[in-house]
Amino acid sequence: MVDVSTDGNLDTVQMLVNMGPQHPSTHGVFRMILWVDGERVVDMEPHIGYLHRGSEKLCEGELYAQIVTLFDRMDYISNLNNEMVFCRAVEKLTDIAVPERAEYIRVILCELNRVASHLLFFGTFGIDAGAMTPIMYTFRDREKIQSMFEAVTGARMMHNYIRIGGVKNDVPDDFRPRMTALLQEIRQGIDEADKLLSFNEIFLARTKGISPMDANTAISYGVSGPTLRASGVPMDVRKDEPYSVYDRFDFGIPIGDNGDCWDRYYVRVEEMRQSLRIIDQALEQMPGGPTITPTRLILRPPQGEVYVRGENPRGEIGVYLVSNGADRPYRIKVRPPSFCNLMVLRELLKNTYVADAVVILGSLDIVLGEVDR
Amino acid sequence: MVESHRGEGPPQATVHLDDKDRALEALLPEILKEFQAEITQTVNLIAVTVKPQDVPSVCRVLKEDPRLSFDYLMCLCVVDYVEYLQVVYHLYSTSMKHMLVLKANISSEDPSLPSIMPLWSGADWYEREGHDLFGVVFEGHPNMTPLLLYEGFEGYPGRKDYDMPEYTEW
Repeated sequence: MVDVSTDGNLDTVQMLVNMGPQHPSTHGVFRMILWVDGERVVDMEPHIGYLHRGSEKLCEGELYAQIVTLFDRMDYISNLNNEMVFCRAVEKLTDIAVPERAEYIRVILCELNRVASHLLFFGTFGIDAGAMTPIMYTFRDREKIQSMFEAVTGARMMHNYIRIGGVKNDVPDDFRPRMTALLQEIRQGIDEADKLLSFNEIFLARTKGISPMDANTAISYGVSGPTLRASGVPMDVRKDEPYSVYDRFDFGIPIGDNGDCWDRYYVRVEEMRQSLRIIDQALEQMPGGPTITPTRLILRPPQGEVYVRGENPRGEIGVYLVSNGADRPYRIKVRPPSFCNLMVLRELLKNTYVADAVVILGSLDIVLGEVDR
Repeated sequence: MVESHRGEGPPQATVHLDDKDRALEALLPEILKEFQAEITQTVNLIAVTVKPQDVPSVCRVLKEDPRLSFDYLMCLCVVDYVEYLQVVYHLYSTSMKHMLVLKANISSEDPSLPSIMPLWSGADWYEREGHDLFGVVFEGHPNMTPLLLYEGFEGYPGRKDYDMPEYTEW
């Protein structure tokens, strides 16, 4: 808003711009109120909670085996990773050993889910920055992964496949050849999309050097996952505290230099390639045998509490599970990665251009389902 | 608490601590000796229970002592044990890769304890969430407005005594 005063001076006044909750760039129902001075963002106020379903409270009323379905619905882009961390928490508390074959199936599917999640990010981030084509490529590849999930778990999303003690059923007979073909296609697809977008002049201008985040800010806000690693902190639960069978694979942790939007984007591209490496090795090593340790349907874990960490596509997820020996948990607290990653947005948006706000939000790759729970 | 059918209490979970946790367990009594901290074990972590008013100073020691350097607030949550509320902090060290649980028990009627926002900016939304769902007042927090619930919501839905509305399908 320009206020033209009589003496000819042009003074700008601060203006309030509302974005969301129904804004295509907010990837869900997230509302931000921007105070802008001309083109520059002075401050931002985030509003979340539009998707609050009280998942943690709902967990207290369900049997352990039923809670898996609630975890599916928190981060609905990476369901399998979410299922896995909950099942690991119960297994740790109850001392249930998971068969090796089940661990390998879990790792393969979780890494595939990570690739699918990052492919979705790739496409939507391209759109955020004004590139309309890449999403056509990445969605094509993501669709193939979803079909693979459907073949194995019976559902494209909300799989309810990873169970306490293992996985629901063994993989289909033609899993190995199908996976080999799929990996080949995905690898080629990632290279194609990477060539198309990553070093595009316009894309670089929109993302390179935009709102860098230093490591101290990131750590102070509890940022995790690719968003933190882009700032040069090599923190990854799969390496720091290897769970499942992650200690048997050779893979790297891509890190960025200065944590700007481009780094946050490119760390994810590299991560997809590392995930494919893990899947290759896991397919190679996968043993035979049972896929689930039978547990009682109405499971009563012993009294105690446990905190289990896992590496989700969006960052580090934690499950704090308190049991009093009953058939339902006493309290479940989820540390959702997007929750902390979104908290830092206010810091990142200060003194940037309002046109970049969408790109910066996109680079954090949030899922509102787990922010609000 | 659900009574066991056998008449005894429920079985206790087995403790699995690793070397880092054992090292912490040995180190903590000396570092926290002025706080009357109670050090216990959970299934996979060392738990420290302190008085609520000591939380910021204990956190400062945990964060700044070079042998501990807990620089990362992993998770902050409130658990309702009916007789009292427990605020649970999960702390992590990015350099030394160890983890710790810090707990403080507060009364259910007048739940309040100092905010740890000055130490970790990331405590912001967790504390607002704790205020929303459990009614815990974090003293010194700059903005205690509702985060997940809407303005004017009645009651604290995280607590055990909150009546969940019964919904019927169709």
